[in-house]
Amino acid sequence: MNRKNLTLFALVALLFIGTGFFQSWNSSLGILNMALISAIMALGVNLQWGYAGLFNVGVMGFVALGGLAVVLASAEPAPGAWNAGGMGIVLGLMLGALTIGGAILVWRGMSKGKARVLVLIGVLLAGFFAFRAVFDPAVTAIEAINPAVQGNIGGLGLPVLLAWPLGGLLAAAAAWAIGKTALGLRSDYLAIATLGIAEIVLAVMKNEDWLARGVKNVISLPRPVPYEVDLQQSPGFLAWAADWGMDPVTASSIVVKLCYAGLFGAVLVALVVLSELALKSPWGRMMRAIRDNEVAAEAMGKHVTRRHLQVFILGSAVIGVAGAMMTTLDSQLTPGTYTPLRFTFLIWVMVIVGGSGNNWGAVLGGFLIWWLWVMVEPIGLGLMSAVTAGMADGSWLKVHLQDSAAHMRLITMGLVLLLVLRFSPRGLIPEK
Amino acid sequence: MLNALVAFLNFVFVPGLAYGAQLALGALGVTLIYGILRFSNFAHGDTMAFGTMVTILATWGLQSLGISGGVLPTALIALPFGILVTALFVLGTDRLVYRFYRKQKAAPTILVIVSLGVMFVMNGLVRFIIGVEEQAFADGGRFLITAGDFKAWTGLKEGLAIRTTQGITVVTAVIVVVALFWFLGKTRTGKSMRAFSDNEDLALLSGINPERVVQVTWIIAAALATIAGVLYGLDKSFKAFTYFQLLLPIFAAAIVGGLGSPLGAIAGGFVIAFSEVTVTYAWKKVVTYLVPADMAPDGLLQLMSTDYKFAVSFAILIIVLLFMPTGLFKGKSV
Repeated sequence: MNRKNLTLFALVALLFIGTGFFQSWNSSLGILNMALISAIMALGVNLQWGYAGLFNVGVMGFVALGGLAVVLASAEPAPGAWNAGGMGIVLGLMLGALTIGGAILVWRGMSKGKARVLVLIGVLLAGFFAFRAVFDPAVTAIEAINPAVQGNIGGLGLPVLLAWPLGGLLAAAAAWAIGKTALGLRSDYLAIATLGIAEIVLAVMKNEDWLARGVKNVISLPRPVPYEVDLQQSPGFLAWAADWGMDPVTASSIVVKLCYAGLFGAVLVALVVLSELALKSPWGRMMRAIRDNEVAAEAMGKHVTRRHLQVFILGSAVIGVAGAMMTTLDSQLTPGTYTPLRFTFLIWVMVIVGGSGNNWGAVLGGFLIWWLWVMVEPIGLGLMSAVTAGMADGSWLKVHLQDSAAHMRLITMGLVLLLVLRFSPRGLIPEK
Repeated sequence: MLNALVAFLNFVFVPGLAYGAQLALGALGVTLIYGILRFSNFAHGDTMAFGTMVTILATWGLQSLGISGGVLPTALIALPFGILVTALFVLGTDRLVYRFYRKQKAAPTILVIVSLGVMFVMNGLVRFIIGVEEQAFADGGRFLITAGDFKAWTGLKEGLAIRTTQGITVVTAVIVVVALFWFLGKTRTGKSMRAFSDNEDLALLSGINPERVVQVTWIIAAALATIAGVLYGLDKSFKAFTYFQLLLPIFAAAIVGGLGSPLGAIAGGFVIAFSEVTVTYAWKKVVTYLVPADMAPDGLLQLMSTDYKFAVSFAILIIVLLFMPTGLFKGKSV
């Protein structure tokens, strides 16, 4: 950290303080909470791209998996769901895994030729139909239980903070499976592959209602912090708010947001410290050596593929933790709202703008870009009002311009990314 | 038996053919950019959306002037205008954005990230100008053959309906592909493009102007993207977000065929389209005609629900990459 970087962080802090003074502390803290989460996602992408040069554009999938973990771990259990179809689901999934394992064994074990292809197709087909035969009735049974509010397998009712590391684990497991198949591919192929996997993860979450109710959403997930309503009814809190001269409703929502900010901030600090230690360790030097010259690193006896898999899993786990935190903050899982522009490419803008290869850069990018993403909308609206002020009221152009101001944010993000790439290609805080 | 064949044609073959043609045109654009400029253009889906948007606006303009294409959709008259504007826009982005990195000989991944920036801007522009709502802009005749007519002619129980848009898609795609291959194979510019794609240094030594090759490539890619986008929009409907999602099957098609190989892009388009349709189609109807009445299936016989069509493109992509790393037709790798 030198003076320039501290100034950059101070400037970004000023943005948030300014929002607090000129808009409201409530919205400023709201932006800050998502900015903290975004910074963690950016750290995860930076691990993969900045340390190792892995081009992962499937961030959205890992974010969604983190969210899924919250539902599976801490939602209320659904009575009867496990008895109705839990065994069928587990058995079905095991059959599916066995089929894939069997197919791999056939491919490796048999000698080349037509027989191998035929046996392989036979194993896959038989496995697929066996899977469907066991899996489908179980799904129907589970989805039939109280479909208006449940119809899914239900959670374990664990404390929600425990769901954060579980989100990381779930994302890591998925990353292992993906990495095993796709990491050998060239960079653009890996990009397309991860893009596709993220879409598939989302498709599964939208359509498999037994898992997390699909697009019917899971709402009112438990929270790690007190509820506003409870605070407003506690006499101690009311007295405290009166002491500060604040309206109890505003005070309660600010306190809740501050609690979240504390939790998220703690996770962020821990992850930054760990990432910095890793970067400065021999392991970090090895990763960068592999990134800069794979052939030379391999000649030095480094196992490139294995290291790539390792860092891919680590980065994805960090993204998964952030995804779980986001679902906790929203206290609901809404698979319909996940889009690649918002959850994959925006994170990439954060990493590139902040400075790839530098953890502080990724964090700064997370804060700055998220603030911009939220604030561009009101700024754009103001700009459009200024531009259209001279036009006649009700003219179609004026109406159109004002209605479309919300879409300014994508254009702004694109321009920011292009300008940074052009004039400061290593980002605001470049790698040392 | 004939009924089964007709049902197959109606629900699998004809939609698959039209969709495959649209994907093939999109994949051709991706593969050309990859061959000449040597990066995967993530903005291609949004280039399609941009071109389609311009064409839709022009269509509305023509319609308000009272001009229509009669039986054919008015959008076909507006298409050249859409191509022109898109080509100018794309040339503009090349001049403002990509040329700088080309001069620097930046790594392909940097160019991919740059194309992400262009993607954001184009996506935002499209949403800004035409909005996020669904726009249907097909007019003219709805069907070449309606199911009812077909039944009356043949006396079969099963009808075959071919929509005008499906017919137009296939005819246009054939014309475009023939024209493109003629251009690449016979004209001087086309030959220099292929030479540049095969070996850049050698092409430069033989006096080919690289900037000109790049410009022609962008123009062709813009034309292909606009045509593919308009055909897709006519066949289904226009929505900015779906065009962005088309990126996945289009890239899958280009990679399966072998990046950089135009022939491969076409083959890849049809491979992806037909597998998507066959895997997500409920085969009950076809099978019911084929087997004796008492063996008729109870279920839908659908291998996967339609929402998993991405999974299909993806699975094919992975299988081809694992077993034929350069695609069906030998593509290149940088």
